Amino acid sequence: MPATKPLLSRHLLAIEGMHPPEIAALLDLAESYVLLNRSGKTQRDQLRGRTLINLFFEDSTRTRTSFELAGKRLGADVINMSVSTSSVNKGETLIDTAATLNAMNCDLLVVRHAQSGAPKLLAEEVDAAVINAGDGTHEHPTQALLDALTIRRRKGRLQELTVAICGDIAHSRVARSNIHLLTTMGSRVRVIGPPTLLPSEVEQLGVAAFTDMREGLAGADVVMMLRLQMERMSGGVVPSAREYFRFFGLDAAKLAFARPDALVMHPGPMNRGVEIDSAVADDPARSVIREQVEMGVAVRMAVLDTLARRQGRNER
Amino acid sequence: MSADTLFTGIRLIDPAAGLDQVGEMLVRGGRIADIGAGLGRPDGATIIDGGGSAVLCPGLVDMRAALGEPGHEYRETIASAAEAAAAGGITTLAALPDTRPAIDDPALVRLLRARGEETGSVTIVPYGAATRGCRGEELAELGLLREAGAVAFTDGTRAIGSARTMRLALSYARGFDAFVVQHPEEPTLAAGGVATEGALATRLGLPAIPAAAEAIMVARDIRLAGLTGGVIHFAHVSTAETLALIRRAKDDGVRVTCDTAPPYFLLNETAIGDFSTTARLSPPLRSEADRLAVLAALADGTIDAIASDHQPRDADDKRLPFAQAAPGGAGLATLLALTLAVVHGDALDLATALALLTARPAGVLGVEAGRLTRGATADLCLFDPEAAWRIEAGKLPGKAQNTPFDGQPAEGRVLGTWKAGRRVFG
Repeated sequence: MPATKPLLSRHLLAIEGMHPPEIAALLDLAESYVLLNRSGKTQRDQLRGRTLINLFFEDSTRTRTSFELAGKRLGADVINMSVSTSSVNKGETLIDTAATLNAMNCDLLVVRHAQSGAPKLLAEEVDAAVINAGDGTHEHPTQALLDALTIRRRKGRLQELTVAICGDIAHSRVARSNIHLLTTMGSRVRVIGPPTLLPSEVEQLGVAAFTDMREGLAGADVVMMLRLQMERMSGGVVPSAREYFRFFGLDAAKLAFARPDALVMHPGPMNRGVEIDSAVADDPARSVIREQVEMGVAVRMAVLDTLARRQGRNER
Repeated sequence: MSADTLFTGIRLIDPAAGLDQVGEMLVRGGRIADIGAGLGRPDGATIIDGGGSAVLCPGLVDMRAALGEPGHEYRETIASAAEAAAAGGITTLAALPDTRPAIDDPALVRLLRARGEETGSVTIVPYGAATRGCRGEELAELGLLREAGAVAFTDGTRAIGSARTMRLALSYARGFDAFVVQHPEEPTLAAGGVATEGALATRLGLPAIPAAAEAIMVARDIRLAGLTGGVIHFAHVSTAETLALIRRAKDDGVRVTCDTAPPYFLLNETAIGDFSTTARLSPPLRSEADRLAVLAALADGTIDAIASDHQPRDADDKRLPFAQAAPGGAGLATLLALTLAVVHGDALDLATALALLTARPAGVLGVEAGRLTRGATADLCLFDPEAAWRIEAGKLPGKAQNTPFDGQPAEGRVLGTWKAGRRVFG
């Protein structure tokens, strides 16, 4: 066997470092799954005999369900493991958990963890392909891929777009993955938020930073809203929900500064009346929030399929 | 008493005495008996020939090291730390008090000193806790701790956060002719942070500590030292702004000293790479500009000592997600070699570098060590300044293997260490 490294990673840990053709190929494959899913012929067998474990150290209904559905539609045996913080407190470390799962011969391991870098650590310890389903405030690669697929289907391209990401950039893994993906594909990214929620030197990620929604949204093709965690208020980073909504919540008046055909996106779950006004969130002409959820399943099918095939190839 | 030892063909360097010459040294009865040329060959003397290139300097004085003992013996015991220290040429070691229990009782100070003597290779000079349990609240019994042999007072890796507590500690310690060591980090700004604030922490999504958290604490404590007439020492300083403050305070006559450690002048934040937990240190590794400022401050004398800042960790402490991994790096065995990297890089001359490892920390601590003079205790370090080797975690002497320099080449290696005339390494 040649000692060359496989061209593509056997894991999906981050968008940072991925190349445009790799991203485009995943989106192309996901596109085909969108059509299949819509046709009603949802049952496939690419992952028959493979085991997918959803290992969630943080509560998540949407992402876990999305991966579960994606795995089942491809014929995998899907197991959900919710590791509550209490059992971590019993002394079992992440490494112990990894060793346990490895002994079960898991093929695909979907991990969500509250700590940045945790999936990378797991990937060093297990034979399975590891898929990062969100790690701390680091990355959430499948969210960025599903956002990209949504944008590409609506706008016909991922190049030369102006995308505004608004809200709690500092604590958002969704923002980081989207910044990497969109700048890699050749779009301009702006981040907008109160200075206390913009991370230090964020411009070095290749984005323009704004603290005024009207300026930041001017001429935007896409407006991505982020969820504001309620603990930011108790932590004093933002004084109150009503003040936040006044200056950074997306309503029709602020949206008017973006292009007339600008898309409104949100990774969910939404805090209506905090970061987004219901009238905007539910406007079928602008909001693609439900479509994002649909794209999520297709993108995760594409990711699982691709990584399983790489695994097969590497084993041979 | 050990037999005589004669060093010959050796480059003798004592920075404090301005000595740098190839010659001979005779050790008798645990003390330096004579220095010069043509000292003769006493009967039964062990002859160590340096071939003209090996350097003999005072045994190193490490003014900041954490021992695992008492309380964390799985990380490091005093015996294993002594082994690592001897291999690193260290013969005097100031031990931090934030152990379990904390060194806040005179009996514990005496215990540590006795345990050091038992090793036969390293003198342990214990720091006493500045506050009970190193909790930062009420003052520990500084007078009794001092009487038992505590060299100075500190809460170790915890900053003394309350300005009032620091004022009291500086003021009270002054009455016992002792100084206070601060871990300079404003605790509310640093809370939860694991990397220095900047583009790298932003990219990795790691909670960050601004460099200003260090400068703010240093500025406050310089002011408190001025207010009380007390003596303050800042440990492991790591930022340009801090060093500018200390430089000015020294010029103003404030009684302030500081140390740093090799990671802060050899590494910058990029050593974290892709969540490498061995590079998780406290204070965190800083920007390249800060690293260069630390180097400059070593050269201009603003920094008084290079310490190992040894923090022993075991594999389980580090095999965790980055922010959950215990901070700190092992540093005893590599202290000299890493300092010599700066000499080989022409940022410091050899005598200046050795002064930062010997006489200057001894002066700050007020201990009799770090000199090569007739009659002085023969604590000695013999090294080959050119010998190349590779630092490898897993192969370091002692128990702690958590070096942030794993895999890096080093130039300069300890050949032998003598404690009171007795060879304890090499």
